[in-house]
Amino acid sequence: MSKRKVKETHMPVGECISQVQMILRERFCHQRLPEKPVGMESQHKHLLELLRRTAVHGESNSVLIVGPRGSGKTMLLNCVLRELLEVKDVNKNVLPVHLNGLLQTDDRIALKEITRQLNLENVVGDKVFGSFAENLAFLLEALKKGDRSSSRPVLFILDEFDLFAHHKNQTLLYNLLDVSQSAQAPIAVIGLTCRLDVLELLEKRVKSRFSHRQIHLLSSLSFIQYLDNVRSQLSLPQDFPDTKFYDEWNDGIKTLCEDQPVVDVLQRHYNSSKDFRSLHLLLMLALSRVSASKPAIKPTDLLEASRVCMVDSKANILHGLSILELCLIIAMKHLNDIYEGEPFNFQMVHNEFKKFLQRKSRSIHNFDKPVVIKAFEHLQQLELIKSMDSSTAKIQKEFQLMKLMLNHSQIMEALQKYPQCPTDVKQWAMSAFG
Amino acid sequence: MVRYFTRLRVRRIYKWGGRPYIFDRKLKNYGFEYLTMSVEGQEAVTTVTPGQYILIEGNDDDNPFVAKLLKFFSDESHKQKKALVQWFLRLSEVPQNKKLLLGRSPHPQEIFYYLGRACDDEINVESILGTVHVQHVPEDAPFPEPGTKDTLYVKLSWDTKAFNVLDPVLMQDTPASTLPKPALSLFPPRASPAVTPVSRGPVRCALPAPDPTVMRRAGSVSDTRATMSAGKMGTLEAESIHSASKLSASKILSAKRRGSAADTPGVRKKLQLSIGASPGKRMTRADVLCELLDEEVESEKGMSLKLSSSVSHSLQHGCSLSPMRSGCKTPNGQREFPWKLASISLDRLSPTALGEQDFSRATTPSRRKESAMAIREPALGVLAEEDSEDSPMQLIAMTPRSKRKSAQLVSLRIRKQLNLLDNTQELISDGDDESFVPYKKVLQSSSDEEKTESEEEAVVMKTRRRNCKTSAMTPRKTASKKKVLQSSSDEEKTESEEEAVVMKTRRRNCKTSAMTPRKMPSKKATPRHANPSTPRTPRHATPSIPSRTVPARQPGNILEEARARLHVSSVPESLPCREQEFQDIYNFVESKVMDGTGGCMYISGVPGTGKTATIHEVIRCLQHAADMDEIPTFRFIEINGMKMTDPHQAYVQILQKLTNQKVTADHAAALLEKRFSNPAPKKETTVLLVDELDLLWTRKQNVMYNLFDWPTRRHARLVVLTIANTMDLPERIMINRVASRLGLTRMSFQPYSFKQLQQIITSRLNKVKAFEEDAMQLVSRKVAALSGDARRCLDICRRATEICEHSASHPSSAGLVRMSHVMEALDEMFSSSYITAIRCASLQEQLFLRAVIAEFRRLGLEEAIFQQVFVQHQALSRVEGLQPISVSEGLAVCQRLGACRLLLLEASRLDVLQRVRLNVSQDDVLYALKAVRD
Repeated sequence: MSKRKVKETHMPVGECISQVQMILRERFCHQRLPEKPVGMESQHKHLLELLRRTAVHGESNSVLIVGPRGSGKTMLLNCVLRELLEVKDVNKNVLPVHLNGLLQTDDRIALKEITRQLNLENVVGDKVFGSFAENLAFLLEALKKGDRSSSRPVLFILDEFDLFAHHKNQTLLYNLLDVSQSAQAPIAVIGLTCRLDVLELLEKRVKSRFSHRQIHLLSSLSFIQYLDNVRSQLSLPQDFPDTKFYDEWNDGIKTLCEDQPVVDVLQRHYNSSKDFRSLHLLLMLALSRVSASKPAIKPTDLLEASRVCMVDSKANILHGLSILELCLIIAMKHLNDIYEGEPFNFQMVHNEFKKFLQRKSRSIHNFDKPVVIKAFEHLQQLELIKSMDSSTAKIQKEFQLMKLMLNHSQIMEALQKYPQCPTDVKQWAMSAFG
Repeated sequence: MVRYFTRLRVRRIYKWGGRPYIFDRKLKNYGFEYLTMSVEGQEAVTTVTPGQYILIEGNDDDNPFVAKLLKFFSDESHKQKKALVQWFLRLSEVPQNKKLLLGRSPHPQEIFYYLGRACDDEINVESILGTVHVQHVPEDAPFPEPGTKDTLYVKLSWDTKAFNVLDPVLMQDTPASTLPKPALSLFPPRASPAVTPVSRGPVRCALPAPDPTVMRRAGSVSDTRATMSAGKMGTLEAESIHSASKLSASKILSAKRRGSAADTPGVRKKLQLSIGASPGKRMTRADVLCELLDEEVESEKGMSLKLSSSVSHSLQHGCSLSPMRSGCKTPNGQREFPWKLASISLDRLSPTALGEQDFSRATTPSRRKESAMAIREPALGVLAEEDSEDSPMQLIAMTPRSKRKSAQLVSLRIRKQLNLLDNTQELISDGDDESFVPYKKVLQSSSDEEKTESEEEAVVMKTRRRNCKTSAMTPRKTASKKKVLQSSSDEEKTESEEEAVVMKTRRRNCKTSAMTPRKMPSKKATPRHANPSTPRTPRHATPSIPSRTVPARQPGNILEEARARLHVSSVPESLPCREQEFQDIYNFVESKVMDGTGGCMYISGVPGTGKTATIHEVIRCLQHAADMDEIPTFRFIEINGMKMTDPHQAYVQILQKLTNQKVTADHAAALLEKRFSNPAPKKETTVLLVDELDLLWTRKQNVMYNLFDWPTRRHARLVVLTIANTMDLPERIMINRVASRLGLTRMSFQPYSFKQLQQIITSRLNKVKAFEEDAMQLVSRKVAALSGDARRCLDICRRATEICEHSASHPSSAGLVRMSHVMEALDEMFSSSYITAIRCASLQEQLFLRAVIAEFRRLGLEEAIFQQVFVQHQALSRVEGLQPISVSEGLAVCQRLGACRLLLLEASRLDVLQRVRLNVSQDDVLYALKAVRD
C-alpha cells in the first residue's frame, strides 16, 4: 500500500494534467452522467416510479418533462433509465425507443426509426421495408397484439417533443398516446421539451389521450448552491491515482472559489443564466489553459475565460473594418439619431459622409463614389446593415432602404478600441449631430 | 387483380329455356323450366334445371358457393333473371368459433345443408358458375374415401348454431323434396319429368353418345390440323383455365376430363373446324354434353381446393364418355372392377409412404387415372386396330404424363403433410413410372386424348413451376414428347400452351398464396414482390412485440389495485352514464341488422365522452345477441381516420378487414364498390365504425361520399357509424351530396356532468375502497367544470393515488386518497407553469421581462423591437446596480425566454430587429416578479 502510494506520488505532472483534463472534460462535455442529479430529487423519484411501473407492472403511461434549455431534462431521463436498467427484472424486459424531433422530421421517418429500433419483423438488416401506410399498420398491429401482462414494455422517448406536434395530423402522437390509453402492449411515452406551452400545440383529441403528467425542471438554485456546484464540478474524484496532486488541485480549486474577482465573475454568469451548460462552457475554457507548466486553474484563467464568453459577437467584426467603412457606420448612426431609427439608403449615407469630409475631415481624403458603394456593399455582406425591402432586384442599389443592425454602444465601444483611429473621426462620432 | 379482369373477359350469356309460367300473379313473377348458359363466342350451351346443384360466384374463387337450385323466375320485364336456391355451406364459411362444434376433422369435400335464415335465398342467375354434383352420405356411413374432386358430400346440416344430422328426405332428388324450407312453400310442386333426373350420370347416359366413327374422324383430323389451331388453342386454353381456379390438381382433373370429352374450347373449336358437316343433330347433342361437362369442369376446379378427392365421379365420367364403346351403361357394374385395380396399383406404388394414412388420399389422382385407363382398356380394345396409327404416340406420350401428374400430386401432398425430403419424391415418381409401364403396350386412345395429353402437359408443367420443383423434369418431359410425337407442330402447340399457362401461373401466384391456406414456397412469392423500386413488407412478417421474460407483476396493495382499475385502458364491466345513447345506437344497429338494410349514423362529442367505448359496448352486446341467435350474424369492422396515413387508405383497410386482401387504394375502392353494389349471395350485414371522420376529408370528398353512399345501395347491407368531435361537421366540411347521404341520424354525446364522472369512478373502483368521498367529488367537479373529459378524470385520480402512496412514510401504511392528495394532483395538472418558470428564471431574464413590459408601456403597444427593449434593459440594469450586459448576451437571454415561450419572437435571423411579444399576461409577469423581490 505504502509502496504503491510512493509510486503514485511520483507520477509525472504531465500525466496528472492529462488525467485531470480527461476527467473534467468528460464532465463538461456531458459524456458521463453524474452520480445523482442535483436539485431535482422529487422529479427523479416521480419519473423513476412511473417508468418502473411501466416496466414491472406493464402499466401504460405518458409523461412530459418540461424545462428550459440546459436544465437537465435529458440528464434526468438518462439517470432514470440507467437506474431502471440496473434493476434485474427490468433489464431484459424493456425496449427503449429514442426519437428526436430534429432527426425524425416527419412521421414517415419516425415510423421507420421506431420499427428499426424495435426490430420488428419487417426489418431486414438495417432497412425497414414497406410503404408509410404499411409501416403504420404494421406497427399498430404489433402494438395491438400485445397485452399488459405478456409483452415487453416499450419506452418511447421523444426528444424535442414539440416538433412532433408539428407533424401532419399528429398521427404518430395520436397513435402512441392512444396505445398508452388502451389495453394493448404496455408503452410509456416520455416527451422532452423546453416549451412551456407544449400542451396547447396538441390537437384536442391528442390532448385528451395524453395523461397530463408534466415534470417541470425549473431550477431554483441559489448562488451559494451555484458556487458549491462550481467547486464540485472542478474538484477531482476520490479515486484519482496521484494523491499529492489530488490534494493540491482540490485545495487550489477551493481557494479559487473564494477569490473575490472569481466570485464576481461567477455571480455575473449566475445572473445571466442558471443552466449548467453555459457554466460548463466557461469552466471548459478555463480548464483548457491548464498545462504541465501551469498545473492549476488560476483566477486570471477564469477571468479570461469569462471575458471570451461575454464578448460581443459584433465587436470583432467592427475591429476588422476599414476607416471608410467605419465612417459610413458613423454616418448611419447619425442618420439614425436624426430620423429616429427610420431606414436609410446609400445616397443618404453618402451625403452625410461627404458633409463630414467637407466640414471636419483633415485626415481622410475624398473617395470616389464607386469605392464608397463597394464599402457599403461590404457592410451589407457582413450583415451590419440589412435591407428592408424583400425585392431587391427592382430598386437601384443606391436607393435601397437599409437599417443598421448595431447598437450605439457597440459602435462607441468599437471606436474606442479601434487601433489608430483618427481623432477627427472619433470626434465626429461623439458629436451630437453630424 | 388479374382475376377480375379475366372474369370480365369470359362473358357468359344466360337465357331462359322452356315456357314461362306465372306463379305469382300479384308480383307478376314468371317461372321458367330451365336456364341455358353459354360462353360468349362459343356455341356450346349448358342447361341448368331446378333440382340441380350449382356453384355460385362468391368472393372466393377457389370456393364458390354451393346451392341447390329450386326455381327460376323473373319479373314481368324479364330483365332480372333470378333463382331461388337452397344454400349449402362449406366448412370455411362456418364462423371460426363454431368450427369446433363439428367435433371431427371435416372431409375436404364436405358441405353442410344450410338451415339458417340470415341468408337471402334469392340470387341473380348471372352469378351461377355451373353445376356440381352433391351426394348425400348417411350420418354413420364413412365418406367414400377415394372420391373425385368434383363431388361434394353432405352429411350434416348447419342452422347457424349447431351441426345436425341431415334428414335424408331433404336431400332426395325427387321434385317433392325440393321444398326443404318453409319459405319456399309457395313454390309450386312441378318440374317436368324431363328435368327430373338431377344426378348427372343418368342425364349423360340418356344422351346419345357420339358416333364412334365421327369421333375417330374428328380425332385423326384434329391430329393433323393441330398446327392450324395451335396458336388459338394456346390462348383459349389459357383463358379457360384462367377463369377457373388456380389449383393444379383440379386443373389436371378438369383438363383431363375436358380432354377426354373433346370438350375444351380449343378442342371444341377444332372439332367444329374439322368435322364441319358432320351429322348436325348429333353433334349439337354432343355439344350440349360437352358444354355440360365444361361448365362442370370449370366450376369444379374452384371447389377442389384440397387435393384429395373421390374417385366415383371421374368414373362416372369415364362411363359416360364411352357409353357406345363400352356398351355398358351402368356405372355400378364397372365400378367394382377398376377399384380393385386401383387398390392393387396403390400397393405397388406406395411402399415409401406405407402406413401413412393420408397417403391413400394423396395418391388418389393416380389411382383414378389408372382406373380410368382400366375402364378404357376393355372399351377401347374394340377400336384398337382402327386407331392403330395414332395410338402408339399417344400411349407413350400419355404414360409419362400420367406418371408425372400422379407423382406431382403425391409429392405435393407428401411435402405438405409429411415434409419428406425431395429425393423421396423422386423415388415415388420413379416407382410410379414403373407401375405404369405395362399399360403402354396395351392402352389405346383416340386422338382427342392426345389433346388431353398436351394440355395436361401444360398443366402439369404449371403445377411443377408453382411448386417450385426443379426444372429437371421439364427437359425430360419435352424430350420424351419430342421423341414420341415426332411432330414439330405438336411441340409448338405445347410450347404455346405452356407459355400461356406459365404466364398465368406467375400472375396468379400471389393470389394463390394469399387465398389458400396451403403454405407456398417462399421462393415463389419473392420474385413478384422483390420489386426494386418499392420494397414491400415481407409477406410472412407477423407484427408483434417481443414478449417479456418476467411476467408483469400484479397489483400488490389497494392503491395499486385502484390505480390499475382507474387506468383508461381497463375495460369496465359496464359503461355507466351512457344508457340512453347506448340504447339509441343499439336500436339503430339492431334494426338494420335485423332488416338486412343499411344506414348511416353520425355521432359527435368532445374527446373523452365515451363515444367509441359506447359503440364498442353496443357491438359487444350485439355480438352476444348474434351468438345467442337472437339476431342474424354480422361483421364488425373498425377504421380510424387517425390511424391511416392518407384518407384513401380507408378503402385498403376496410377491404383488408373484410376479405384479408392487400391491394392498392384505387383497386380496393373498386372492389368495395363491386362488393357493396352487387347482390352477392349469403351476404351478412357489415357494421363499419369510422372513427375520427374529419380526417377522411379530401378535396373531392370521394372517400366520405363512398362511405355514405354504399349503405344506400340495395344489396349493400352496410351500417356505417361515424364519429367525430364537432357537432356541425356535416354542415361545415361536407359538400351537399355527402351531407345528404349521411342523413340526419345524429347523436351528440354531452360532456359528463360531475355526478356522472363520480359514478364512473365509483363503478370503476367497484368496491375497492381507495378514495374519500369528498376527494372523489372534488375531482369530478373540477373536471366537469373544465372539460367533462372522463380520461382526464381518471388520470387525475390515478395521479392522486400515486401522491398518496408517496406521501405515506411506508407504502403499506398509505391510507385513503384524501382531499390534499387530489388537490396536489389537480395543481400539477392544471396549474400554469409560467409563473413558476418566471420565478425560477435568472436575474437577467427577469430583468429583460421587466424591460419588455416597460417598453410596452412606453409604446402603448403589445409589441416591441429587441433594440428598443434592450435600451430599457440597460437602463434597468443601471438602476439595479448591475453591470450592463452586451448585445449578444441580451440576445441570448431573449432567445432563452423565447424557447420557453415566455416570449414570442420573430425568426432570429432578424437579430436586433426582431419583434418581441409576451406570451403571458403582463399581470402574471408582474405578480411573479413582485413575489420574487419580496
